[in-house]
Amino acid sequence: MKDVVREIVNKHHNDPASLISILQEIQTEEGHLSEETIYEIAEALDISESKIYGVATFYTQFKFKKPGLHQIKICQGTACHVKGSNPLLDVLKSNLKIEPGDTTSDGNVSLERVACLGCCALAPVMVLDDEIHGKMTQDSTSEMLSSLKEKKSKEEDRD
Amino acid sequence: MTEHRNILVCRGTGCVSSKSPLIMEELERQIKAAGLSNEVGVKQTGCHGFCQRGPIVVVEPEGIFYCEVKVEDVAEIVESHIKNGKVVERLLYTDPKSNEHIPHYRDIPFYKNQQRVILRNCGHIDPENIDDYISAGGYSGLKKALDKTQEGVIDEVMKSSLRGRGGAGFPAGKKWKLCRDAKGEPKYLICNADEGDPGAFMDRSILEADPHAVLEGMIIAAYAIGASKGYVYVRAEYPLAIQRLECALQQAEEHGFIGQNILETGLSFEIEIKRGAGAFVCGEETALMASIMGERGMPRPRPPFPAISGVWGKPTNINNVKTLASIPVIMSKGAEWFASIGTEGSTGTAVFALTGNIANSGLVEVPMGTELGKIIFDIGGGVPDGKALKAAQTGGPSGGCIPAEKKNIPVDYESLTSAGSIMGSGGLIVMDEETCMVDIAHYFLSFTQQESCGKCTPCRVGTKRMLEILEKIKGGEGKPGDLEKLEQLAWTVKNGSLCALGGTAPNPVLTTLRYFRDEYLQHIDNTRCPAQVCKGLIRYHINEEKCIGCGICASKCPVEAISGEKKQLHVIDEATCIKCGICFQSCPPKAKAVEKIDIEVIRAED
Repeated sequence: MKDVVREIVNKHHNDPASLISILQEIQTEEGHLSEETIYEIAEALDISESKIYGVATFYTQFKFKKPGLHQIKICQGTACHVKGSNPLLDVLKSNLKIEPGDTTSDGNVSLERVACLGCCALAPVMVLDDEIHGKMTQDSTSEMLSSLKEKKSKEEDRD
Repeated sequence: MTEHRNILVCRGTGCVSSKSPLIMEELERQIKAAGLSNEVGVKQTGCHGFCQRGPIVVVEPEGIFYCEVKVEDVAEIVESHIKNGKVVERLLYTDPKSNEHIPHYRDIPFYKNQQRVILRNCGHIDPENIDDYISAGGYSGLKKALDKTQEGVIDEVMKSSLRGRGGAGFPAGKKWKLCRDAKGEPKYLICNADEGDPGAFMDRSILEADPHAVLEGMIIAAYAIGASKGYVYVRAEYPLAIQRLECALQQAEEHGFIGQNILETGLSFEIEIKRGAGAFVCGEETALMASIMGERGMPRPRPPFPAISGVWGKPTNINNVKTLASIPVIMSKGAEWFASIGTEGSTGTAVFALTGNIANSGLVEVPMGTELGKIIFDIGGGVPDGKALKAAQTGGPSGGCIPAEKKNIPVDYESLTSAGSIMGSGGLIVMDEETCMVDIAHYFLSFTQQESCGKCTPCRVGTKRMLEILEKIKGGEGKPGDLEKLEQLAWTVKNGSLCALGGTAPNPVLTTLRYFRDEYLQHIDNTRCPAQVCKGLIRYHINEEKCIGCGICASKCPVEAISGEKKQLHVIDEATCIKCGICFQSCPPKAKAVEKIDIEVIRAED
């Protein structure tokens, strides 16, 4: 069993009632919940894997695929909708050539739609790697995307 | 410079996203470098509620309000204002109507017309410093409560006529009494901070700006009902709120307000923070409890109500963040004081997250019964860019759209319900004339449809079928009779659903049908979207005579649907165009060559 799984499960006293917290903490460490991880959690908690999948798939927070190096979340809250988040989503989709929920083929960026982030006064809002960006426009969205591409090519140069 | 000054820097989520931590660091550095550390303090606060104008910096005791401050502005604030007593005018709030600078916090219309009870400390105290909360009168309500009997506390809450701020408006005192009288030990207390309504962010702001108020409310409630364990169920999307809450919890424990033998009274109460995992339905109390127990967050039928059988089958009391944050002031200032605010049926204040097409968006607190128009125009500064108000939406996906002509209705539980909407958790989204109400109804319903947990058929299938009808109408394929079908389905979903998510999901559709039926009919009978929002009913076209060939639209088009040589006419390839409207927005005002046109829909023969 992976150390991270053992540590987190032990911290919660192997209690299935803490399943959601356990999944959250493991996902924070690993980025997503792999089949192997879920198998290990099931063993450690002595519950079935299907029980874990049942809970995990219910909540949108849990990811079963490896996310991209960078994550863009676009807020779909009402204020953002009224202030034009849809055209910005169009920009993201056509630029990254992926749909929300997917990751670019080079593994650089994943795109996600989220329900309200609670920053409605700054609508439309996006989150890039946990940093909130408010009052987004098409230009600032394009800038964000090109900065990600630049970062990637710099990293590739370094390698 | 004789008196001690404090420079308050807002560190709510909104201001943090516009770099307020860097401003605070720079202020601290420059104040220190100027040798003013003894005379001038730099303090972080939570959200002021005027996030749109952030980052916000306030200089006290004068109460000078600086907005949209940048790191580069710090030097001028220190040099001019702090050292030489000269206010930096260019950073002051400018009234959009009169174009005049307003230096003082208290004079800004956005704040002047508010009465802050629940948000009393927000923006004024350091949320990570319990002493700041205590010197603002914090935990005095708890001490007063502990001097009373448990029944005495419940009586006081009953006398205040406080109603649940989570949406349904059930009397808080009555709820407490039910739980107190229920048999079974231990008893649990839950703070519902799963603020899932898109467009509402007051619970987040309160947790970020004044977390001790919520904890104090919880301790008082725990004492009154005899609960020994509490949970705060908070959205995972609110990391800063969770961090502040954890910090407050630790401080409260260290001060003996939480834990064993609280303030030597023999009362024991502990609190655990549970993070939500992104399921809107978990705002519903029975779903929330399932989630706390590590299960899928699905509601169950009531009765039994949580007061009788809640988490782990024990008596459980659930209150919203704002309800609990109201409790300490009710204890310290008295039920009569609280009941004197607002209306007879709805006492106290209402907090709204005012957003959308509004000049001043942010958090607004007014006495219950305040006219809707007063909030939108006097506090919110009205609809910007000279556009007209079309509707206001309250209550999130469970609420409804109130048309502009009803702007004089008082906002309280009953008036909003009779207008077909609800108070809900307090989202107030203002919509201008360019908003399509069919699109809005579709937006909310697609949200609730996605968030439906799938347990009961009316909600799972009914919302899906309703959404399909709305999609057809938006795409120009609506048929006569669709609206009647939609209404019939809406009532079935409303009456047949297991929980409030389904029970209220049709509200946005029903209210828009009630007040904007003509707009629906335009979509169906004339295949026209009057607001030119619905993509299926419009196309973009470049006017041959107006195009100056600047190429901006072509460079911005995300799908490269626009072609044309420099200084020549540009053309949109409609087969490629995704109708995002960016060319329309980016065409220079002097040219205004990109036009939005209604399309002729050729209907398939039935």
